[in-house]
Amino acid sequence: MAANDATVTSPPRVGIRSPVGSEVLSRGVVTLWLSVIVLIPLAAVVEHSLQDGLGEFWEAITEPEAIAAIRLTVISSLIIVAINAAMGTLIAWVLVRDEFPGKRIVNSLIDLPFALPTIVAGLTLLALYGENSPIGVSMAYTKAAVVLALLFVTLPFVVRAVQPVLLEVDREMEEAAASLGASRRRIFRSVLLPNLTPAIVAGCALAFARALGEYGSLVLITGNVPFDTQVASVYIFGRIESDAPASAAAVSVLLLFLSVLALMALNLISKWSSRHAR
Amino acid sequence: MRGDRRKRPARPGAPDSAHRVQRYGLRVAAVGYLAALLIVPVAIIFVRTFEDGLGPPIDAITSPEGRHAFWLTLVCVAVAVPLNTIFGVLAALVLVRQKFRGKAIVNTLIDLPFAISPVVIGLSLLLVYGIDGWIGGDLQEAGIKVIFSTPGMILATIFVSLPFVVRETMPVLQEVGNEQEQAASTLGASGWQTFWRITLPSIRWGVTYGVILATARALGEFGAVSVVSGRISGETETLPLFVEKQFANFDLAGAYAAAIVLALIALAVLLSMNLSRRKERSA
Repeated sequence: MAANDATVTSPPRVGIRSPVGSEVLSRGVVTLWLSVIVLIPLAAVVEHSLQDGLGEFWEAITEPEAIAAIRLTVISSLIIVAINAAMGTLIAWVLVRDEFPGKRIVNSLIDLPFALPTIVAGLTLLALYGENSPIGVSMAYTKAAVVLALLFVTLPFVVRAVQPVLLEVDREMEEAAASLGASRRRIFRSVLLPNLTPAIVAGCALAFARALGEYGSLVLITGNVPFDTQVASVYIFGRIESDAPASAAAVSVLLLFLSVLALMALNLISKWSSRHAR
Repeated sequence: MRGDRRKRPARPGAPDSAHRVQRYGLRVAAVGYLAALLIVPVAIIFVRTFEDGLGPPIDAITSPEGRHAFWLTLVCVAVAVPLNTIFGVLAALVLVRQKFRGKAIVNTLIDLPFAISPVVIGLSLLLVYGIDGWIGGDLQEAGIKVIFSTPGMILATIFVSLPFVVRETMPVLQEVGNEQEQAASTLGASGWQTFWRITLPSIRWGVTYGVILATARALGEFGAVSVVSGRISGETETLPLFVEKQFANFDLAGAYAAAIVLALIALAVLLSMNLSRRKERSA
């Protein structure tokens, strides 16, 4: 606080001796790097998708095979968001409120899907749920496999979003509700859940965006059958391979648009719910 | 009941047996879900790899192709991660300490690689650096090959691992504030000295955490690299691509062996994540 007062009294820019020149330079380097690596390539995708006019763009994204792939992607992503919201919250609750031997190991394993290469994730799921399944559950090359792989790669998002909030939630509120005679279900629904909702929604938004674009974990386990188990990113890959970059770019733009839209929508929901939690 | 609770405020209602059953049920559901989805599949890969002894997996990864794939993976990581670390720390400093027009846009754009499909990332590089791309033709004439060769794969790796260091460094930088930096510069330290002696030491665990995450992502990137590499065996094949190819060629032992190498690296990453997080908390 005292230091803040000091900045007010001292003349501007004396505080940190970074001349205006170096500020502009560092800002320029950051913008340049971001442009070369991310923006220019993405602009090329947008440009290429519209290269042959809007008619071609529309045709590319309304091709039956493309529609089937996008529908499968969106529906599976919605399914895994719902499952993640429930299971992620449950896992976070168990990891924060429960005590059992091995809890710390389980806790650190949650991050494994972030550390494990996606192709390895697909291979591991195939080893347990593939054709030669040791437990006799074969899901390979079905739509269930799409959901399974997406659940694997998106597991940490909701758990890691909810955990810190749950740690900070004031237990006294729950105790007060209990002493007033509320049932556990009631306490969960009316006291705990409203506090957790913004974190759950934030985790779900990230999981949804990740699921829309997922590729590596799906390649081996889904079989990539058009009109059946082919997701959007696999469809785009196929279009690139068959030398149709304009149509690949068009579907890419649509996919990009969907994930940005989802992030924005969920952003709004999270603002709304945090306002209503108070 | 109520009196009981007042005596033990830390665990409301803990002694009641219906509650214990409920709690046990939740625990079993959570751990069971994790086991089915995560723990058992990963364990099975280890069992499958070594079920015929150590010979086959070792042969598979010490083959010339396997060794080359491992080497190429390391090259991509060794270029991409340091570059992203420098960019990440610089970008975090710019976004936290400076005010300028368009800051919110830059802040949003940095997250884009998280929201984009790896395949689309690969396509975007193809459309710039490919033979029919924006500058690919000119580069080709100048004798520089980007797509279907190592530079393109490095670019893809940089793209996918770009946000990690920025995102992990920014909150730490915000938290430490700039009072110490101001003190240092009033005492006559140059901007460079202040950065090395004050700023960097105070954010080092945040940066470390970001570097670990970026390394994990860079090592395992599949989709983007797959598009730009052309997957030429022994030339433009990284370890994740090698896994897919061995699997497609029905060489399960080879696929599992390479996957195990990647999985072991992932476990090492996990361990260092935990360590650096603990250091960060205690720092």
